[in-house]
Amino acid sequence: MAVGVKVMKRPEEQVSYIRATLKGMVLTFKHMFEPKVTMQYPEQRSADDWTISSRWRGTHRMMADEQGRSKCVACGLCPQICPANCIKLVPGEDEVGNRYPLIYEIDEFRCVFCGYCQEVCPEEAIHVGVHYENAEYSRDRFVYDLERLTAQTHPVSTLWDPTDPRGE
Amino acid sequence: MTPEFKGFLLLSVIKMLVVFTVILVGVAMLTLMERKVSAWMQNRRGPNRVGWAGLLQPAADGLKNILKEETFPAQANLGLFLMAPMIAFIPALMLSAVIPVASPLPVNFEFTLPLLGTFRHSGAMPMVVADLPIGFLFVLAISSLGIYGIALAGWSSNSKYALLGGLRASAQMVSYEVALGLSLIPLLLLTGNVRFSAIIAAQQDGLWFVLPLFISFFLFLVSGFAELNRLPFDMPEAESELTAGYHTEYSAMKFSMFFIAEYANIVTISAMTATLFFGGWDLPFTSWDETPGVAQTLVTGLMFFLKTFFFIFFVMWIRWTLPRFRYDQLMSLGWKFMIPVALGYLVITTAAIWGIDHGIGITSVRLKMGILFGLNVALAWLLFWVVDSGRIVSGSYRKTAVSASVAGGEG
Repeated sequence: MAVGVKVMKRPEEQVSYIRATLKGMVLTFKHMFEPKVTMQYPEQRSADDWTISSRWRGTHRMMADEQGRSKCVACGLCPQICPANCIKLVPGEDEVGNRYPLIYEIDEFRCVFCGYCQEVCPEEAIHVGVHYENAEYSRDRFVYDLERLTAQTHPVSTLWDPTDPRGE
Repeated sequence: MTPEFKGFLLLSVIKMLVVFTVILVGVAMLTLMERKVSAWMQNRRGPNRVGWAGLLQPAADGLKNILKEETFPAQANLGLFLMAPMIAFIPALMLSAVIPVASPLPVNFEFTLPLLGTFRHSGAMPMVVADLPIGFLFVLAISSLGIYGIALAGWSSNSKYALLGGLRASAQMVSYEVALGLSLIPLLLLTGNVRFSAIIAAQQDGLWFVLPLFISFFLFLVSGFAELNRLPFDMPEAESELTAGYHTEYSAMKFSMFFIAEYANIVTISAMTATLFFGGWDLPFTSWDETPGVAQTLVTGLMFFLKTFFFIFFVMWIRWTLPRFRYDQLMSLGWKFMIPVALGYLVITTAAIWGIDHGIGITSVRLKMGILFGLNVALAWLLFWVVDSGRIVSGSYRKTAVSASVAGGEG
């Protein structure tokens, strides 16, 4: 054996193969009858001791006002702060001077889910969501447009722990 | 051909079909069982998506493996590369032919077919494809052929991991084959025969050999594990060291063949253990099963299945209990512990049998085996509590401790 391998000095009477093996076998046999810890995912999505955190940052959701229009005023803060540069915003203005987004697209593949867009938004319009099931059949389906972002219904992230907002 | 010979041929063909079908289906189910047992021992559920409780999982795995691409390494020796899985696979299946699965079944028939002529059979038919007079010698001989498959697979892949796996497999099998053979000699001394049916008959007359030959049983089980290349002796595969060892370069059905061979070998070793040490299809505490009959055949067949199944479970149980040996520990366990103990036990048993036969002059088989049982209890205590206390079993422990203290007392 190679020189320099550290070998623990154990009391000789404690070092055995056969008795230790039997002890181990008793342990593994007991484990066969213990309750299973597997969560059977598609049927079961949360358990008593495991639920998804309200701070989870998943795919985005755009909030809408009472008339069903998006709350976004196209101020341009979210594409400015976005570290991944994944938000595409073209602002527009209607006849009474209200700004609204002509194009608002988020490329979810580029997104790093930092949640800065939600933090920076003055109108509480764009949010990251508590959502993780995003499978699609093609890549271009991952560029979410305004209509799709507004249509999302999943809960939005709180970004911080509501019981401990200052992180104390 | 005489009508009797034709009847014998017909029955043999039927028995072959039944045995091989049962083995192949059983092996498929064993892969599921392995995953289930491992899951239960780790507080998981195991495969439960395909079919009821995952029972169709082996079929899904098989279908996947058939549809997968066959890959060939660029520099592989193609002929041997293709032959290696077959060399591993065929001996594994051949072994199932010689193990008796139940008490003899009385079969009487006589009928005539056009062109083929008359078929006739009368009397008890042994429930084994071939009750060879060379018995377990055949098993030892054929099971060591399987090593060629593994060694050739390792060599012909032209990959360093596969080659190391193949080399380890050869070294390990050669070392433990000796202990395996030596552990069966005391059994030979008691029965005087290597034929499986004679061994079962001897256990019916006396005791199950696990009692009078306990140390033999222990040595046989441990070397059997080494022969199977299963944990804790799975050096040839050793995922963490050699990716997948000898079958690193194999894909699709060729990989499956190695897998089937491994599980078929598990069945064989389990059946061997049940037959050689646990009375085969013998029911304990009754001689009702010794007269041929249909009910006897069914009950003893079930008994044999349960015994074999227990040892199959035992193999999996050990696998999910113990970690892998280090390679030098494996070798020192084989050469410095297993073989000396097997030889020493052979000497003691020979002396004891001679002493009982000629010194005391006991003629009752049961009493003779009882005395041997007492001797074995003492020997087992000696082995488990005195010999197995650290240094003697783990050969490398002492060596390292000495060299470490020479090198400056580290550790």
